[in-house]
Amino acid sequence: MVKRWLKYFIIIGPLLCSLVLLAQDIPEKGGKVEMADLMRTNGKIYVVVAVCLTILFGLILYVIRLDRKISKLEKERG
Amino acid sequence: MRNSWWKIACIILLVYTIVAGFLVSVPALRQLQETIRNLYFHVCMWFAMMILFSVSVVNSIKYLRSTKYLFDIHAAQYARVGIVFGLLGYATGSIWASYTWADPNNPAFASFGTILREPKLIGAGMALLIYFAYFVLRSSITDIDKRARVSAVYNIFAYAMLFPSIWIVPRLLPSLHPGQEGNPALNYNDIDGRMRMVFYPAVIGWTLLGVWITTLKIRLRKIADKNILHG
Repeated sequence: MVKRWLKYFIIIGPLLCSLVLLAQDIPEKGGKVEMADLMRTNGKIYVVVAVCLTILFGLILYVIRLDRKISKLEKERG
Repeated sequence: MRNSWWKIACIILLVYTIVAGFLVSVPALRQLQETIRNLYFHVCMWFAMMILFSVSVVNSIKYLRSTKYLFDIHAAQYARVGIVFGLLGYATGSIWASYTWADPNNPAFASFGTILREPKLIGAGMALLIYFAYFVLRSSITDIDKRARVSAVYNIFAYAMLFPSIWIVPRLLPSLHPGQEGNPALNYNDIDGRMRMVFYPAVIGWTLLGVWITTLKIRLRKIADKNILHG
């Protein structure tokens, strides 16, 4: 049985995040702060994203397989 | 897969967390630089832990009210996965701290010493140790009913100890950890709108992943303890 209010919360909750102001700018004294700009200019940050997504997908596939296996066990024994 | 809509929501939110977490621009702060993106991962671990421990204590209270063994299974498994998230939060925090808190002017040993004296770290360590004791207690009692009752009472105590050890005492003492005067990461001065757009979905996504793993553990336990539940 799906809890309806929980469903609404998960769908509506993230939408509320966009209500917050985006126009803030934090002034930084002492010149420019070194960020990973190089990785952004030559596009290598996408490699990091790809690696992390691969790990995430691997973990999630593993959890899904476990979920299926447990469902099967429940059917056999339940 | 049972009830798969929130599992799909979990996957979508986590993919969003990683893509937006690495690509959306963040405020350029001198000490933190790009490590500010750890907010989407490190802080979310603690949020997920707190939520899982809360669910655990609710189930312990439910057990004490009804003495249904099912609630004991729920309480134990939520606490177990909560501890995993707490350990991940601790580990990621120690990596983060070693790159942002360590003072290059001091010898490594001295700055390590100041990190060890951090009230937030000591408090979080205490909270986790109290939850470890919950499982030591559980495994030391063989009688099922007695184990469920004693550990439910202990779980309420452990949850109550979370508040002084990770919420109150670290706020009273000077600390390098951000969020001294308020709730870290929820305060309007701490993170700006760009980060909020990623941070809140990230919290929900990681928490859902924790809940997903917990439901799997609960279902396994239910199959294993079928005789106790229905006998």
